[in-house]
Amino acid sequence: MKWKRFKGGLAATATAVAVLATLGPDAAMAEETQYFPIASSRVGPYSAMGTGYYGAQIDYMNYVNMNGGVNGVMLEWQECETEYNAVKTVECYQRLMEKDGQRILVFDTLGTPGAYAVINRMADDNVVLAQYGYGRTDAADGRVWPWVFNAASHYWSQIAVKMKFMAEQEGGIENMRGKKIVHLHIDSAYGREPLPAMRSIAEDWGVELVEISIPPPGLEQQSQWLQIRKERPDWVTFWGAGSGMNSTAMTNAARVGFPRDRMIYVTFGAAEEDMFPAGDAATGTYAMANALPGDQFPLVQAIKEQVYGGSKGNLAEESRIGTVYWNRGLGAAVTYIEALRIAQEMHDKVGQAVTGAEFRDGYESLVMDDARLKELGIEGMIAPFSISCENHEGAGKFAMMQWDGEKFEQVTDWEAPLDPTYIRQLVENSAAKFASENGITPRECS
Amino acid sequence: MHISGWPMTEFLFFIEVVVAGLLAGTMYSLVALGFVLIYKASSTFNFAQGAMVFFAVLSFVGFMELGLPFVLAFFVTILLMALLGFATERLVLKPLMNQSEDTLLMATIGLGFVLEGLAQAVWGVEVRRLDLGIGDFPIQWIIDSTGLFISALDLTAGLVAAVLIIGLALIFKYTKMGLGLRAVADDPGAASSIGIPLGNIMLLVWTAAGIVALVAGMMWGARAGVQFALVDLALKALPVLIIGGFSSIPGAIVGGLIIGASEKVLEVYVGPYFGGAIEGWAPFVIAIFFLLWRPEGLFGEKIIRRV
Repeated sequence: MKWKRFKGGLAATATAVAVLATLGPDAAMAEETQYFPIASSRVGPYSAMGTGYYGAQIDYMNYVNMNGGVNGVMLEWQECETEYNAVKTVECYQRLMEKDGQRILVFDTLGTPGAYAVINRMADDNVVLAQYGYGRTDAADGRVWPWVFNAASHYWSQIAVKMKFMAEQEGGIENMRGKKIVHLHIDSAYGREPLPAMRSIAEDWGVELVEISIPPPGLEQQSQWLQIRKERPDWVTFWGAGSGMNSTAMTNAARVGFPRDRMIYVTFGAAEEDMFPAGDAATGTYAMANALPGDQFPLVQAIKEQVYGGSKGNLAEESRIGTVYWNRGLGAAVTYIEALRIAQEMHDKVGQAVTGAEFRDGYESLVMDDARLKELGIEGMIAPFSISCENHEGAGKFAMMQWDGEKFEQVTDWEAPLDPTYIRQLVENSAAKFASENGITPRECS
Repeated sequence: MHISGWPMTEFLFFIEVVVAGLLAGTMYSLVALGFVLIYKASSTFNFAQGAMVFFAVLSFVGFMELGLPFVLAFFVTILLMALLGFATERLVLKPLMNQSEDTLLMATIGLGFVLEGLAQAVWGVEVRRLDLGIGDFPIQWIIDSTGLFISALDLTAGLVAAVLIIGLALIFKYTKMGLGLRAVADDPGAASSIGIPLGNIMLLVWTAAGIVALVAGMMWGARAGVQFALVDLALKALPVLIIGGFSSIPGAIVGGLIIGASEKVLEVYVGPYFGGAIEGWAPFVIAIFFLLWRPEGLFGEKIIRRV
């Protein structure tokens, strides 16, 4: 009887070993996992940016898993479609909050309206709101917003860099006096986000600022461009969303004869998908980058080889690898995984899943200098940056690109605003005002 | 400062705004026409028309990407739209025959979602460029002679809308098919009892609406790219239809012109007092006033019901 039981046990053990062996080493050890939410926007008017951005995040997580995870911790994710809609973003936030008993660490809405919709829940839920180059700007003051980050740049820095570029083109700030800038923007919180900094700089420089808004989806912009024609501006800063609105602005500029090399597009209109539909009308348009396009970066090559070579790629069209939105999504994903790695080390949890609070500590300790970016294989793709308790923005730098009809040409290096401390002061003032209005005591950062 | 031909007088600017609005209005009319066709035949507001615009032009561009020349892709897309019309008639309309108008309305909402998903699943979500070979740049001789900035695409859209409207109006008025269609619209039961084939009429109407959707999509796609946002054009057609009348083909063009011109004038002259971007909702306010004054629209048939 004992022998029979032993034989049975032996057979069962052998079968289990055989099954586990076929599943591979990952399954043989009860592996640690870390869950990430993907609040994607793959359908609707904003699908071009959503498919690229979130596709890259999934590609990178696959790549990390194919290379042993984060110190052995395998990455898991779950998608929810927001369609770049603030209401659906809140719904997705709630739906993605937990999976298999594990809570999310970070939430990335890829949209300012969505970020505003959930921003006040972050501290209570212990979730990091990672606004990768978008979102509420004064959240860069980490004393007031411990759970919200703008890494590695926010909209006020972006508008300041744009105005610096204009000043350089005009021959200096002294030549900006009397100039007129039209800020043409989508009629939403995102479109109005840069205005506090823009108004302030314009006043200082003696620049006349004209604000004109476009109702979404913005496929018809004749009245806006007629107003621009009447105003006769020297520059147009375009702050649109969705390739329909973005490309229509260029075709309308062409129709009223406004030169495209006097238009500077925001990062969320500065992608190949925004330029192509406008055809020849797009040629010459300037566009800002917080992540440069190109597939020459070693990490991009490695993902192509391993992930797409292994038929695990997320993009339907492999040719989109290395485009602006995809590279931006990659930059964001690398940042999250780096924060996870740091969090594990900071909290003696190497090889284990971390909590939201631990992840937040890791995020706040990010040091993405040139050496680290090189190790990660994205040196030159994004500006080097580091995060601190006080400063949740990081680099605050952008590169200017220009569309040549086929592709973007980089025309400047990574540029910071002319006076970063001035922008920082605006951020701190705004955050302090928010704190006092809402009874928040800013934390001490020593 | 960087645009040639400036400055302009206030009056010339006003004329420019009105002309731009009228030209934009013809583009709205193109979309509204498809709604009118379906409404005339079945008294149903086809919520799927915006999705049909997107589906048609995305398929057209998709066929060209597969290597089909322009003309062939155009006719293959027309065939596809006819097939879609056939499938709609067989799978949606026929089973719902004799159901209430509300039921058909709901069915078209569902059809719209199906078409949006189908188009993206088959052709992908990438934004496509559509080059019709018609420039969207201001025509120099018009600038020289009038000071107005009008592009060849503007003029083409106006011409296409005019041709479609005149053609469809003539078909409805003078052909047997048009007569049958009007009979079906008036009373489907009576029309059927005298031998008018309801199924064939529906198939023809949905195919015609599909062709109109393709043409509208091509015009809009040439300007803004072929992309999902085209679905939202249906919203622009709604006030056009309320003003022009849901069942009137000339009403679609007149409604389009009224909406186009008034929304531009309001946006430019009134918008700044409201923070701008009022053309998103101003057409609906105008439509509400029209509903109060003339619920059937300018050219719609007055419906008298016994109560």
